[in-house]
Parts: sequence; structure tokens; C-alpha cells
Amino acid sequence: MKGAVPALLICALLLVASVVAGGQNDKKSAKVEDVYAELGKAPEKARGRVNPLEKDAEAVAAGRLLFADHCAECHGENAEGGSGRKKGPSLRAAEVQNAAPGAIFWLLTNGVVRKGMPVWSRLPEPQRWALVRFIKSLGVAEGEPVPASRAAAKADKP
Amino acid sequence: MRCAWYFFVVFAAVCWSSLFVRPVAAQENPYFVTYDHYLEEPGNLEVEYFSTYGTQRGGNNFHSFWTEFEYGATAWWTTEFYLDAQTTFHDSTVFTGFKWENRVRPLKREHWINPVLYVEYENTNGADKTLKEVVGHDGESDYLATNAEARREIAREMELKLLLSSTAKGWNFSENIITEKNLSNEPWEFGYALGVSRPLGLKAAAKRCNLCRQNIVAGLEMYGGLGDRHSFGLKDTSHYLAPAVAWNLPSGWTLRLSSGFGLNGNSHKLLMRWGVSREIEGFGDMVRRMFGGKP
Repeated sequence: MKGAVPALLICALLLVASVVAGGQNDKKSAKVEDVYAELGKAPEKARGRVNPLEKDAEAVAAGRLLFADHCAECHGENAEGGSGRKKGPSLRAAEVQNAAPGAIFWLLTNGVVRKGMPVWSRLPEPQRWALVRFIKSLGVAEGEPVPASRAAAKADKP
Repeated sequence: MRCAWYFFVVFAAVCWSSLFVRPVAAQENPYFVTYDHYLEEPGNLEVEYFSTYGTQRGGNNFHSFWTEFEYGATAWWTTEFYLDAQTTFHDSTVFTGFKWENRVRPLKREHWINPVLYVEYENTNGADKTLKEVVGHDGESDYLATNAEARREIAREMELKLLLSSTAKGWNFSENIITEKNLSNEPWEFGYALGVSRPLGLKAAAKRCNLCRQNIVAGLEMYGGLGDRHSFGLKDTSHYLAPAVAWNLPSGWTLRLSSGFGLNGNSHKLLMRWGVSREIEGFGDMVRRMFGGKP
């Protein structure tokens, strides 16, 4: 296989470049406020959907396991936001906790692909609703700024 | 090229992924040939080993195997590297080449049908028997040559695919339109792959369990060639129907099994496939640290 080794090396280099470039791309675009703003883009119909697992006694426990498997990596073990380059926003912020369950479900389904969050429609609907139940059960974290004070804090920054 | 280093790479990848890294529970479809529109999660690496046992009329049966390293560069771009090899019984074991593919998701949100663009460069030899895609007039008789003869033929090919996929009520429907061009003077070849799958259970269990119904995904694939630019159609093409199943274990491992049946005289009678994969969290950060970047 003449020529295979140089081609292999080129592919390996491009692969490493994609790892480095991919991360930089995410870093630039991952602004917390932009991600929260996506919740507001949920269509009225989606926002108005009622969680069919609202009264399911096991939904929160099931959602906790799903969160640990699929979400904690970016959003942190306690959903208070990730660290490092894969920093997902806190899900215990008022923007998320006050959002309609339907809006969170819509965001899970569609992701925020350009800002690093993948689509989660591969999880069947009952699993996404279980995640919504778990997220809503967390409540706003102590010390988490409310949206107005977050905007003010941003304006105060030099 | 000798095969020993291939086995070394596979062995090292499996040891490394088993012992030193934190796995992530995966939610994989059972497809071996068809692609859905779901990309790898950004920064994660999925190491996959696949194997195909194929019957060969008029020749020796074979066992082909390949390793995939699938990396989520961003939420809309996945890049993947393949190393292929095969053993033909009563003949030999040979390394058959490598492939590099990229999948890009052009749309921001989910739609009824979700397109993904796929571009792949292949550098393989004629002994390649992975049958990862069937295009043009590919048929069973193409695989009759001995490894010594077949590996002399070098194929550098570009493969373009339009991946279309929809998910509704737990069902996934995927349709792949395939075009392939040998970079030497050969015509464009065409093929297709279709897949449908569904988890056995849609609701998540409140406790961790290996045998929960939601961990098992059953599906069916159909794939085959559609001729080439000069003779488009079903004449002298091969086609397969393959029931498949995936078992997503909470420990992070995914096992897949599929038995493909040839649908006409040009097809191999049986393609028995199995695969094992593991998704690794934070691979991108590890590489960046190696090059002096911040995690």
C-alpha cells in the first residue's frame, strides 16, 4: 500500500486539528446568557405542553439517573454549571427553574447546536419528560442571581 | 502492510478505554451500515470494534473487522477514523486500509426530516471486505480473489452521503443516499441504506439495570447498490436485509448484533455482524492538555 503512510499521517494531523479547533469554537460561542435566551425561543405551542409525568412518583428518580448519564458531564453533578471547556450553564438558575416545563422539553429536543449543546431527541419522549421533572425538582440554587441582577452584574463589568 | 500493529492499536485502545477513562452511558441505535442524524457529543470519543463473518460461494468464508474512533468536534460536526482488516479462512489475515469520515449537521433545530452531510476519504486495497456500504455493482463474486492478489489493487475513493433521519414516538427512520467515486478514472457509483429502530421500552427505570427494556434497541436495516453513472438501476447489484439489536449497558459499553441476509444471487448469503463500543468523556480536553492548552 504505497502512499498509505503519508495519507494516514495527514488524516491523523487533521484529526488532532479538529480536536483543538472544535474546542476553540465551542469556547467562543458558549455564552451562558445566549443559552438561557434559547428557552425564550420555544414556540407557544411547545411551551404550553403539560408534562405527562407530572404525577409519576418515579419520574424524578428516573430523571436523576438520566441526568447523571447524559447531562452532568457538561452541567455539573449538581446541575450548578460545568467547569473547564465543556462548561454548560447552571440549570438551577432562575431562568431555567421559572421556565415552563414545555420550554425545557423543547430545548432538550432541539439542543442549542451552534453553542455546544447536542439535540436529545434520541432519548424517547418519556425520558425527556423525566429529565424535565428532575431539573424542575432542583429549585433555584442559593446565591444564584435572578435574571435582572445577572444583567446588572454584566453591565457593571469593566 | 503487516497486521500486527493493527492489533496493537486495537488492544491499546480497548485497555485504555477500560482502565483509565471515565465512560459515559451511551444511547446508540443498532445500525451497522445506516447512519441516523445523531452526532457524537462534543469532546467525547467513542471507540468501536466491529466484526463481520461473511459466507462466500465458490471461495473461502471471511471474517472482516474494523476499529472506529469517533470524535465529537462540536455539536454539529463529528469526525471519525477507521482501521480495517480481514481474515479469509484458509488464506491469510491482512490489513486492508483506513478511512476518514466527517459528518456535518447543517440545521440548528430538529425537524420532521433531519439532514446530515457526510464526506469520507478511503484508502483501502482490493482485499477490503468490511461491507460497510454496498454501492454500484458490488457483488459476491468481487470477493473471490485471494488476499495476495486482491491487496495489490489500491482504491482511493471519496464517498459522499446524504443522511436523512426522523424520530417519532421512539421510532427512528433513517435513509442514506450514497455516492462513491474512485479517484482514478472510474464512474460515480450509487447505493442506499435504510434503517428503522425502536427501544423496547420508552420509559426510563428509576433504578440502574442492565436488562431494562429501554436499554435494548431493536431494528432492521436494508442496504444495497444502485449501479453507476453508466448503468443506474438494480441490474447486477446486491442487496441485504439485516435485523439488528443494540444493548446499551449502564456501564458505558454498547453491544450490537446483526445477521444480514442476501436478497438476490449477487449477494453474500449471510453477513453475521457484531460490535462493541464505549464512549469516553472529555477526550478533547485530554488532547488539548497534551498540547499545552487549558481544559
